[in-house]
Amino acid sequence: MSALGPYAAFIGTSYALVALVVTGLIAAIGLDYRRQQAELRRLEASGVTRRSGKTSEPS
Amino acid sequence: MFLARLANPSRFLAFTARVLPWLAVATMVVMALGLYQSWTAPDDYQQGATVKIMFIHVPNAWLSMFVWMVMSVSALGTLVWKHPLADVAAKAAAPIGASFTFLALATGSLWGRPMWGTYWQWDARLTSVLILFLMYLSLIALWRAVEDPSRAARAAAVLTLVGAINIPIIKFSVEWWNTLHQGESVFRMGGPTLDSAFLIPLFTMAIAFTLLFITLHLAAMRNEILRRRVRTLQMMQADGRAA
Repeated sequence: MSALGPYAAFIGTSYALVALVVTGLIAAIGLDYRRQQAELRRLEASGVTRRSGKTSEPS
Repeated sequence: MFLARLANPSRFLAFTARVLPWLAVATMVVMALGLYQSWTAPDDYQQGATVKIMFIHVPNAWLSMFVWMVMSVSALGTLVWKHPLADVAAKAAAPIGASFTFLALATGSLWGRPMWGTYWQWDARLTSVLILFLMYLSLIALWRAVEDPSRAARAAAVLTLVGAINIPIIKFSVEWWNTLHQGESVFRMGGPTLDSAFLIPLFTMAIAFTLLFITLHLAAMRNEILRRRVRTLQMMQADGRAA
């Protein structure tokens, strides 16, 4: 950090903030996918299916 | 023709399952290269090492506007062409666009404090980007407030197209008004004013963040399609119980 000069804290905070928000976005989208897949599987296991009869898994 | 084929949600899910792993790898490779170039770039003769903030601030600022344009095209798709995935695309893009806009504002403030002496100034560029951020939040609130996705789609599409007026205002604010923000230095008549030592890392990071957006957007669209399927099945289940 010392190589970044007197404004190292501003530079480091900027990169850390971007890393935090991007990681949060990736995690939120990944968790949402798991949640929707689990709910679809639960519904299909309980006997509810779409009119097309297709399951949630993409072919 | 390609887009028409993807209009079928099942086909779209199969398409995302195939391309998402490749897009994720491409994003990581280009992002790693961009970060390496950013951290090995020389200091600016005036700004010193704070120029490194530019490599993350500018791509986020570009994408904050680009995502709204993607949502505007999707809004046209909802209102004019009634494309089945248009509203899905717009709704999935909004939180990602809001995140990029937040990062553009936050990194801009962190860059502004050492360079301008202040974190914030109510000038045309900063204020118009703040308005863009608030518009993203309004759209997200609208989609959450209305339970039926098809009802929310029309209102959200109109709001998106009205909000698109703000994009040229953001873009040209530094030319139309006196602002603390620097003028256009990349996409301008007469070519960029940046040296290639800064321009190359900036473009690499811009490509990396664009790839990141495409990857996250496709994944979020896939989630939204699954959410609508869950909702349909839950309604069928409720109907079955009621009958």
